[in-house]
Amino acid sequence: MSLAELDSNVAAAPAPAPAEAPGRASGKPAARRPRFAAVESRIAGWVLPALLILGWEYLSETGFIAANVLPAPSAVALAGWNAIKSGELFHHMGVSSLRALAGLAVGGVIGLVFGIANGLWALSYRYTDTTLQMVRNVPHLALIPLVILWFGIDEEAKLFLVALGVFFPIYINTLHGVRTVDPQLIEMGRVYGMSRLTLFRRVILPGALPSIFVGLRFALGIMWLTLIVAETIAASSGLGYMAMQAREFLLVDIVVLAILIYALLGKLADVLTRWLERACLQWHPAFQTPAE
Amino acid sequence: MTAAPSPASFVTPAHGLGVRLEHLGKQFGAKRVLDHIDLAIPAGQFVAIVGKSGCGKSTLLRLVSGLDEPSSGRIVFDGAHDGEALRIMFQEPRLLPWARVLSNAEVGLPASVKGEQRHARAHAILAEVGLADRAGEWPSVLSGGQKQRVALARALASGPRLLALDEPLGALDALTRIEMQSLIERIWLEQRFTAILVTHDVSEALALADRVLLIDGGRVALDLDVPLPRPRQRGSAELARLEGRILDQLFAA
Repeated sequence: MSLAELDSNVAAAPAPAPAEAPGRASGKPAARRPRFAAVESRIAGWVLPALLILGWEYLSETGFIAANVLPAPSAVALAGWNAIKSGELFHHMGVSSLRALAGLAVGGVIGLVFGIANGLWALSYRYTDTTLQMVRNVPHLALIPLVILWFGIDEEAKLFLVALGVFFPIYINTLHGVRTVDPQLIEMGRVYGMSRLTLFRRVILPGALPSIFVGLRFALGIMWLTLIVAETIAASSGLGYMAMQAREFLLVDIVVLAILIYALLGKLADVLTRWLERACLQWHPAFQTPAE
Repeated sequence: MTAAPSPASFVTPAHGLGVRLEHLGKQFGAKRVLDHIDLAIPAGQFVAIVGKSGCGKSTLLRLVSGLDEPSSGRIVFDGAHDGEALRIMFQEPRLLPWARVLSNAEVGLPASVKGEQRHARAHAILAEVGLADRAGEWPSVLSGGQKQRVALARALASGPRLLALDEPLGALDALTRIEMQSLIERIWLEQRFTAILVTHDVSEALALADRVLLIDGGRVALDLDVPLPRPRQRGSAELARLEGRILDQLFAA
């Protein structure tokens, strides 16, 4: 078992990479102020995490924090390096990411379709919204026992839970977005002879898009949360499974590693959404860079 | 439709569309907003409709442009009055915030115009309203007057035979408004479409229109020809006299 092997390598640890960041910033001469300011604004968000890691490393090094409670960051980094070398980390990350994205795609598309349909047609809204709101009020994680009975611990179980979890934020925000598109613009589109499809494509969908993005960002948070819980309880691969295996063998460094990777993946998803938002909502004054 | 898109020929030579209103009435619930309006507007005429707020002048425009259905009577056009022949310009610019200026102007083009032709014609019409250099901008960076000029370009893009203007300058500052008035007058003189302008500003009505209609109590209270040469001298004695007459009538009731 490679996880047990990793544990023996924890002792000798090199300095962690993130600690370099604040040193680089303070080393700059004050002569080129604008560039310093640019660098400063870019790394500002990382100063606190870096200091925390330094402090944590120091406290671990001096023995204030016992290694079997919380291993030093260097030990976690080393465990991560070894897991990367053995290919295990990327395998589990890949499995988890694939599950997350598949669930997001399925639940997101269903939410989008229902949100648009119920936003546009009163009939569809009257007949489905009450049901959807009732289902929404059941915490989807409460379905885990039932889902295990239905699907066992196979992929379907995770897909089902993630899809169910991401469905509601996307549904509600899409519905809200479609319903609050400026009625004056819709009237303009009608008067200017837009067909129903053109009206949807050129007026309603772009008008609802900012709201849909809000839904997407809520959905991403729920997506990771659901996946972690589902993988921790019932899985035979993935990051949650890796963490639970490590717990059984008391590999605290791997457990911490899994938690940190969840944080990184969450941040990555957020960055990607922001980027997508910026690309799709260029017209929105909130997303226009002042120096144009 | 296949004419080369040079700035001067972005529309087929337009001629106005005449309209006749016969016993036109409109009721909202028990409230009678318009009552038996009989009116003939000849092709190519510039008509201004003035009146106190809530007198039904905007309702009349919405009926003529087909946004609302009349409760009684009918509207007769002396030709086709589909979307391309009859355009409306609203009080708000109503530009699509997610479309560039050029693309907003293209909204007014008929669907039959495709591809490069679309861009070329939209460019030509933007040049006409003096915004050719802003074609690539988002509407949010334009001033109120510029937005309204894009809306005018959009309304004119299909070469309408009747243009309904629903207080399009109401939200602009005084100087921008005068600029826009000259722009509208210049384009109207070139294209000779029928123009129906609803406004609460009597001096604006007199600066632009061949004929001013005063609506009061759901009826035409005054139908006044303005036979003055263009461009009209702001603050001239004749304009002041006509303005006095309209205002007297407005407050006499």
